[in-house]
Amino acid sequence: MAERRAGSRRLAALARSRDRLTGDENGTPPDDPEGTGPDPAGRRPGRDAPRPGVWGRIGQAALHPGRSQVVAAVVLCLLGMAGVVQIRSNDSGDAYRNSRREDLVQILDGLGVESRRLEAEVAELQGTKARLESGADSQRVAREDAQQRVDELAILAGTAPARGPGIRMRISDPQDEVDADVVLDAVEEMRDAGAEVIEINGQARVVASTWFGDDGTTLVVDGITVARPLTISVIGDPHSLEEAARFRGGIVSEITGPKIGGDVQIDQSDDVVVTSLHVPPASQYARPATSGPTPR
Amino acid sequence: MIPLVGLVVGVVLGLVLQPTLPVGLQPYLPIAIVAALDALFGAFRAYLEGTFTDRVFVVSFISNVLIAALIVWVGDQIGVGSQLSTGVVVVLGIRIFTNVAAIRRVLFHA
Repeated sequence: MAERRAGSRRLAALARSRDRLTGDENGTPPDDPEGTGPDPAGRRPGRDAPRPGVWGRIGQAALHPGRSQVVAAVVLCLLGMAGVVQIRSNDSGDAYRNSRREDLVQILDGLGVESRRLEAEVAELQGTKARLESGADSQRVAREDAQQRVDELAILAGTAPARGPGIRMRISDPQDEVDADVVLDAVEEMRDAGAEVIEINGQARVVASTWFGDDGTTLVVDGITVARPLTISVIGDPHSLEEAARFRGGIVSEITGPKIGGDVQIDQSDDVVVTSLHVPPASQYARPATSGPTPR
Repeated sequence: MIPLVGLVVGVVLGLVLQPTLPVGLQPYLPIAIVAALDALFGAFRAYLEGTFTDRVFVVSFISNVLIAALIVWVGDQIGVGSQLSTGVVVVLGIRIFTNVAAIRRVLFHA
């Protein structure tokens, strides 16, 4: 009897395993949480048997709600709410909201490193900018200085017109006694008094190399014949220039003296315009030499 | 029919009430939702196979969600949270695919 019981148990086990093998062809894991049946063999044949009414059963269930459907509805309601909450918090643009602490720490570290790197770069670029700006600035200043010197030297060399306060000295000598020496004296007096630009008769600009000559009656300045009466236009401090001309024993005394018997009329002006130019001859021998920094 | 109505009601409630989750629980909500999806498909499969029990469904649903969140929480505590959550998602995804395959076979015999 015992042998028969054991044999029937073995047969039953075999049948169960066969059922399991044939029923589980889809490879579902046996630990399905919903595989509620304590006896798998009890339910597998039910599934294996062709069930024409699956859709019909679903339709029937839809028409005849039961307690389990209410429970499922409650659970689904919870799931729907949770899903909506999650989707909303994902969509809220705050991508870091759901991140874990260590992820956030890592992100923060990365950002810190990045920001330090960018700050260093900013400092470096600002230094470069300041250097370039100061370079451009000093270049501009140097250019302005040079331009100013060019202007001053052009006035000094007589190659540029000039205007400014000064005097006009009109010398009339009916006896033509004013010769080159007297004119040179007058020019020297004006230079001593700080004259910056001197022009004779609106024709001859007086510069460093200017020469004066006469052939008894006709006055020549730099090869230009100047007619009497002479008008000497001088740019400088008008007061000093007039005083220099009028001091006792000066040029006015000399001209108005008995030897020449002329007359001098001096007008101070705020705007003496000198337009005549001196054309410097091109240097035949001298060439500019490169030297150190231009003295200022 | 009623479960679908429940789902719609839940979505609408979520949209209307806009409930907010405590900050401490927020990292675990995605994992919990995946676990709930797994339980859901398992339940549907069991229903189609005729072995559905609402009590088991509720218990499995809650335990799935809790265990998934717990695993991730433990992972967070010991510093492997992201790896563990990836693992949980992979496992749950495999299970979901399996369940859906079974559902497909029962519904369409294919």
